[in-house]
Amino acid sequence: MSETDNVILDTATRIFADLSTQEVVNAAEKGEWPAALWQAIEESGLHLTWVPEASGGVGADLFDGFAVLKAAGAAGLPVPLAETLLAGWLLGRAGLEVPSGPLTVARGRHQLAAGLVSGTALAVPHARNAELIVVLVEENGALYVAALARGDCTLREGQSLAGEPWDAVAFSGVRPVLRAPLPDFEVDHLDAMGALIRVTQAAGALETALELSIQYAGERVQFGRPIGKFQAVQHMIADFAGEVAALSAAASAGAEAVAATDGHIDADAWVEIAAAKTRLGRAASNGPAVAHQVHGAMGFTYEHRLHQFTRRAWAWRDEFGTETRWARRLGDVVLGWGPEQLWPQITAVTDK
Amino acid sequence: MSTSRFRFPRVTMPPAARQLREEVRAFLAEERASGGYTPMADCWASGFSADFSRKLGQRGWLGMTWPKEYGGHERSFLERYVVTEEMLAAGAPVMAHWIADRQSGTQMLRHAGEEVKAAALPRMARGETFCAIGMSEPNTGSDLASVSTRAERVEGGWKINGRKIWSTGAHGEGCDYMIALVRTAPADAKERHKGLSQLIVNLKAAGVTVRGIEDIGGQVHFNETLFEDVFVPDSHLLGEEGKGWSLVVGELALERSGPERFLSSFIALREAMHVLSENPDDRTREVLGHLVAQIKTLRRMSLGIAGLLQEGRSPETEAALVKDMATRFERELIEQLRVVLPDEVLLDSSGVLPRLVREAILRVPSSTLRGGTNEVLKGMIVRQLGLR
Repeated sequence: MSETDNVILDTATRIFADLSTQEVVNAAEKGEWPAALWQAIEESGLHLTWVPEASGGVGADLFDGFAVLKAAGAAGLPVPLAETLLAGWLLGRAGLEVPSGPLTVARGRHQLAAGLVSGTALAVPHARNAELIVVLVEENGALYVAALARGDCTLREGQSLAGEPWDAVAFSGVRPVLRAPLPDFEVDHLDAMGALIRVTQAAGALETALELSIQYAGERVQFGRPIGKFQAVQHMIADFAGEVAALSAAASAGAEAVAATDGHIDADAWVEIAAAKTRLGRAASNGPAVAHQVHGAMGFTYEHRLHQFTRRAWAWRDEFGTETRWARRLGDVVLGWGPEQLWPQITAVTDK
Repeated sequence: MSTSRFRFPRVTMPPAARQLREEVRAFLAEERASGGYTPMADCWASGFSADFSRKLGQRGWLGMTWPKEYGGHERSFLERYVVTEEMLAAGAPVMAHWIADRQSGTQMLRHAGEEVKAAALPRMARGETFCAIGMSEPNTGSDLASVSTRAERVEGGWKINGRKIWSTGAHGEGCDYMIALVRTAPADAKERHKGLSQLIVNLKAAGVTVRGIEDIGGQVHFNETLFEDVFVPDSHLLGEEGKGWSLVVGELALERSGPERFLSSFIALREAMHVLSENPDDRTREVLGHLVAQIKTLRRMSLGIAGLLQEGRSPETEAALVKDMATRFERELIEQLRVVLPDEVLLDSSGVLPRLVREAILRVPSSTLRGGTNEVLKGMIVRQLGLR
C-alpha cells in the first residue's frame, strides 16, 4: 500500500458512513438517486482513484482503489463507484481524458464499423444512472475502447438480486463520444478486472454481514441466554469468520497481483483473480446462509439491514463469470502447468 | 481494509529462502530418483525414516531457527517454512524428526535448563534423536486440563505414574524424549489449569512401556505409553512447577500453524495430474480449479502466520482458524479428486497413484482430530469474536 492510501481510505470510509446509511440504500433501491452521496464522492475525487494524472485523475496506486471498493462493499454503497472506477481504468489505459459523472461498463466484444458502434449487453450495472457507457469494440481484429452517451442507447430496465439497476443495453450504429485504440488488451481482461472488483466488494459486504451476525448473536436472548452462547450457533459463526478471512486474503492476493503490473492482467494476475472469484462462489453461498440463520426471521425482513449485504454478495458472485466458469479457467491453466510445474507455480507467487 | 478481525500479513520470500528452495528441490529430486524415498500421503505423520532425517540434519534443515550454540542454524521462520512445505509437497518421509523440529525442540529451547538444552538440542538438529508428544491420555482428549498422569516429588526429581496415548512416533528408533503434561499438584475443580507441569521424560528410562496402536489402515504410527514409577530428574522440568498450562498452550500454537495442515494429501493431487491431463473434461477442470484456488488461499494465510511469528507475535487464534479451514480442505481434496479419477486408479491396489489415493482416504479422518479437534478450534475462534 502507498502512503496516500490511508488518506483516501479514511475519506472514503467517512463519506460512506455518513451518506450510505440504511435509509439511503433502501431509498436507492426504490429508485431515488442518492445525489448527496455521489456529490461527496465526486468532490473528494474518489471516482478518479484509478485514473492516471495525465487523464485528469489522482493517479493513486491501484491497490488504494481496491481498499476503497472493499469499504464500499462494507457500506452497501448504492451508487456506481465500482463501475466508474472500472470505466475510468479502461479509458485511462487508452490515454483518454476521463469525463466527470457516473460511468458504467457494458461487457462483451462489440462491433465497430465506419466509426459507429453496435451491440447488446445484459445486466449492465447502473446503466440508467450513467452519463456514459463504456464498451470494448473491435474492427479488423483491433480492439478499441469507446464511450457511448446513455441517451444514444436503448435501455430495458432490470434489477439485480440486490435491487440495484441491471439494465439490458442495446446500441446500433452509435457514434461514440470517445474512442481510442486499446493496445495489449483482451476482452477477457475486462472480465478479470470486473471479477476482482466484485470479489473485493463482496469481501467488504460479507465482513459487515459477519459483524452484524456476531452482534446479534450476542444480544438476542433465547432459553435464558444470548444465542451466541450455544455451541451450534458459535460453530456456524466460526465457519463464517473463516470464509470471510479467506475471501479477504484471496481478494488481497488479486489486488496485489494487478497492482504489481500496474493494471496489466498478466498470467499471474489471471490466476490470482480466477482463484479469488472461485472462492467468492463459496463464500457468498456459505456466509449469507449463516448470517440469515443466526438472525432468524428478523434478518429475513426488509426492515433489517442484513439483506443489503447478503443480497449484494449473491448478485456479485454471478457477475463477470460464476465460480464454475472461473474454476474451469483456472483448471485449464493448471492442466497447462502439468504435474511437474504444479507445485513450483503455486510457490512462485511468494518467490518473486 | 481495517475492519478485518484477523490479520494475515502478506509474505514475500527473501532471496535466501528462494535460494534454499532450489537446494531443497534438487535434494528431493535426487533422493527420489536414487530410491532414497518413496512418496507417501500424510508423510509427516506416517513416513518414518531415521536415515532420511539424518540426511536433513546434515544439510542444516532441522532446528533451523534455533541458536547455533545449541546446534541450530539461526535461520528465519520463512526459511524453515520453505523446507517443510517442500518436504510435504514431495511426500518425503519426515515423520521421525517432525515433532522435535516443529515443537519439542523449540519448547525446550524456550523453557528448559542449560544442561538439558546442551545435551538434547544439538542431537535433535543433527537428526540423531527424536521426540514424541505427551498430551492426550485415555481419558483426556479435547479436555486437556483433565490429564491425570501424576508426578510425585522424590529426592532429586519426580516419580511419574500414568499413561499417555496417541503419542505419534514414540516407538520409533531414536525416539528418546517425550514432553509430558502431568499433574504435579492435585486437581482443583475451580482452577483446573493450576498444578500442571511439563516434564521431559526419557522414553528409554526404567518403567516406560511403549505399545504401538494400529490405525484404521493397519499402520502403527501412534502409541500408548505407560509410566510406572518412572524417575525424572529435577533438571527435566520445563519452566516452573505448576505453570505447565501456559507452556502447553504455547506448544499447541507451534503445532497448529504449519503447512502440514493443508498439504498432507497434496502428493496425491500432484501424481494424479499425470492421469487427469489425458482428455480432461469440464468436471476435471472445475475440480482442479477449485482445489488450486483453495491451496493458494490457505498457503497465503498459513504463510501470514509464519510472518506473524517472525514479527515475534503469538497468533494462536489465527492458527486455529487456518487449521480448522485447512484440515476440512484436506478431506475435500481427496473427496473431489476421487470423483474425477478413472476406475483404473480407484479399483487398482498397485501402483503409486492408487496407493497414494488410498493412503490419503484412510488417513484423512485424523486431520480434523490431531492437534486439537476442529470443534475445539472453533471454540477458540468464537472466544476471539467475543461470543464465549
